Amino acid sequence: MSRIVALHLGLVALLLALNFLLPAYTHGNIARIMVLAVYAIGYNIAFGYTGLLSLGHAMFFAAGMYGTGLILRFSELSALPAWGVGLACGAGLALAVGLLALRTAGVAFMIVTLMFSQAVYLIILYFGAFTRGDEGFVIEAADRMIWGLDLGQPQVRYLAAWALFSVVLLISLRLVRRPAGRVFVAIRENELRARLLGYDTFRYKLLALVISGTISAASGGAYALLFGYAGASFATVQYSIFPLLWVLLGGAGTVLGPFLGTLFMFYLIDIASGLTEAYMLIAGLALIGLTLFAPQGIAGVIRARLWKDLP
Amino acid sequence: MSLILSTRGLSKSFQGLRAVHEVDFDLPQHQVRALIGPNGAGKTTFVSMLIGRLAASAGRICFDGRDVTDMPAHARVALGMAYTFQITSVFARLSAHENVALAARRHLGADQDAVEAEVQEALGRTGLADRADALAQDLSYGHQRLLEIAMGLAQRPRLMILDEPTQGLAEGEIAAFKALIRDLARDTTILLIEHNMAVVMELADRITVLNFGEILAEGTPAEIHADARVQAAYLGSGGDD
Amino acid sequence: MEFGPYLMLAMLEGAVLAAVLALMASGLSLTFGVMRVVNVAHGEFYMLGAVIAWFVAHLVGGGAALSFVAAAIIAPLAVGVLAAAADITILKRIDYDPERTIVATIGLLYVIQQVTLMTYGPDARPVEPPFNSRIALPWIEWGEGGPSLYFPWGLSTTSYKLFVIGAAAVLILAIRLFMTRSRAGLIMRATQLDSDMATAFGIPVERVYAAVFGLGAALAALAGVLIVPIQQAHYLMGGDALLLSFIVVIIGGLGSMAGTIVAAVLIGMSDGIISVFFSPTLAKIIATLLVALVLVFRPQGLFGTRDR
Ligand SMILES: Nc1ncnc2c1ncn2[C@@H]1O[C@H](COP(=O)(O)OP(=O)(O)OP(=O)(O)O)[C@@H](O)[C@H]1O
Ligand SMILES: [Mg+2]
Repeated sequence: MSRIVALHLGLVALLLALNFLLPAYTHGNIARIMVLAVYAIGYNIAFGYTGLLSLGHAMFFAAGMYGTGLILRFSELSALPAWGVGLACGAGLALAVGLLALRTAGVAFMIVTLMFSQAVYLIILYFGAFTRGDEGFVIEAADRMIWGLDLGQPQVRYLAAWALFSVVLLISLRLVRRPAGRVFVAIRENELRARLLGYDTFRYKLLALVISGTISAASGGAYALLFGYAGASFATVQYSIFPLLWVLLGGAGTVLGPFLGTLFMFYLIDIASGLTEAYMLIAGLALIGLTLFAPQGIAGVIRARLWKDLP
Repeated sequence: MSLILSTRGLSKSFQGLRAVHEVDFDLPQHQVRALIGPNGAGKTTFVSMLIGRLAASAGRICFDGRDVTDMPAHARVALGMAYTFQITSVFARLSAHENVALAARRHLGADQDAVEAEVQEALGRTGLADRADALAQDLSYGHQRLLEIAMGLAQRPRLMILDEPTQGLAEGEIAAFKALIRDLARDTTILLIEHNMAVVMELADRITVLNFGEILAEGTPAEIHADARVQAAYLGSGGDD
Repeated sequence: MEFGPYLMLAMLEGAVLAAVLALMASGLSLTFGVMRVVNVAHGEFYMLGAVIAWFVAHLVGGGAALSFVAAAIIAPLAVGVLAAAADITILKRIDYDPERTIVATIGLLYVIQQVTLMTYGPDARPVEPPFNSRIALPWIEWGEGGPSLYFPWGLSTTSYKLFVIGAAAVLILAIRLFMTRSRAGLIMRATQLDSDMATAFGIPVERVYAAVFGLGAALAALAGVLIVPIQQAHYLMGGDALLLSFIVVIIGGLGSMAGTIVAAVLIGMSDGIISVFFSPTLAKIIATLLVALVLVFRPQGLFGTRDR
């Protein structure tokens, strides 16, 4: 087992151990952070590894959240298959958006994804009869059961979040070390060169976006199941900016970066919102500071200074 | 001898500027063909259309008996063309090893041992073996040119298009390059754009001269060397720099 | 009210929106045209204009007219200076890299918005218009005895709304003249065509960029000052305005001034008219999808030609 695999398994083991050690409040926070870190990992596949700077990933998160939530609300399916539907919604949406948006690049791609995501948000509002618009809806406790376990119960919730996070983290570690992941990086670094090496870069970008969107949807669906709520605020532009912020802070194009960034930003905002209503100020300052002074992020600095092979 | 590449009426204009005009070009298999011409003659534009980096304004391109004019670049590469850039275009922030591995993996797939062997061979033949772990951006300019060639080698192409490969190489490196091309020519067709006449005269089986986007002359090195029109074209543009 | 007059009312409201939008979008288009960067904080500059107008109205006193004039001078100036400072401290340092600029201006967006929340507060507050007489509008009816004029109940506008339309038109004309006739405008356009060449000719490109960024922001602030007597000032009002400006600038063809104005009129008018037929949400859905598709299939905009 290489040092790299050991490092990532170590984090997974540490988070499992923390389940038995943490005080209640922090325990709940870490569960939430793990679910959101899954979203960040998904975002990182597109942005960090493939160089696709999307400003609309909230639509994929929301597709998972509402796909799962609406199925539970209006059908007889149970939690796990409903979550599967949420994943499928995210994958389908990412495929459709990708086929269109990937015809553009750079700034145009950013704006196109922003616009599509805004449309999804507005569609959620428009069909308020089903989605209950801005208010959102609560997912009943009876619907939040997997194999007889109550996902609303803190221990179960933490372990479910941990399981999802661990699987997605290891999938992303494997993906970026496989040939396909290497091509993603090649496209990020120099798309024309990748194409002239014979790679169909459009298809690889589409693949990256679909993987990214599906993982984002997995996070959105899990959020709905574990915290029992689906709301339109999760589809706003702000929720597209968050994963960008987390990934930039933690280190774009690193496997551990998304988790580190989510963890730090969560606590920064948590502390700030205790002090002021204007807690998003922290997010704004962090975005500016990161672009100006630390575009590599935490794990990026570790890679540059200490551990050259960190994936 | 069968043709590996041919073009008919191939043209490209940029907002009225006729960079390449109605070029009919035939390249038999296993030949080393040099493409020469003064600066701005349209050589890079011509080969960019061959590989599919630029779309042709008019005309057809056949590769290995197939019309590839409307094929995207990556599909042409999959058929066996390879192209090295005149202006170095490597993956600057990736290691030399990874640059070459990306070139090899496209046809070798996930077979790690085969990729590794291919990478070692390509780096070895270009004299970069001891620089494998360096980031491409940290290599000297000459080494970056060699890395371009190594990436071409690792693709195992049937037609290799080299756009001014010796530009920026030191004398010793040029000698090694000539040996490499001679070796490569045994199983690969080579289309070589080159300003260094010594290299051209030594390597090329035949030479095509491009001037103002049109073919001015074609023949053996000796024929071209004696051609008055070619000399005029070069003198008219200020020599073979 | 009958349908005809009702539609005319919608068109008038649309014209007010179109005027303000054209002004604001010109600012966005100017920065994109010259600097090739997208300023996501543009909506916040608009919001700042409105909020500053409220502060001025409450600090200056001396009546609505005086404070309106004061706001129309102070707000664009203050916002322009702020934006120029942001350009020098942030955008210049990241070398105007298009993607990083967007990320940084998103940061700026939150900073401006949240600082406004901390100082101005979460309430929406009105500002009194400098003048506001109601003007009833006539409608032509085709009766039995031929056409006749009458004044339907409810079909009216205010003198201030008409002023907004006129003021925006004059300002946009002034910018056009400034860009085409003045020396400063020529320098900006030279920089737009080729910034390396401009540097070679001794044009201080960095200062031009700061000035353009400031000017673009000042136009948004001015739009904010004009709208606030109609709409109230609120710290979140920048979001929708930004979205609409994006729509306008993209449909008009990124960086093209003339296209921007045509698109503003089109979007502004149709926003008024479409909302007569559809719910505003549906209208917005259609508009955002349309913009995305325009960018995908016609990146030069609906009216633009592929020039650069
Ligand atoms: N993308 C482009 N847009 C406009 N004009 C171009 C473009 N690419 C090349 N040209 C013009 O086309 C002509 C041919 O250029 P090309 O690069 O093919 O010449 P070349 O023979 O490769 O020259 P060199 O020996 O300097 O590499 C030149 O006049 C060049 O300025
Ligand atoms: Mg050339």
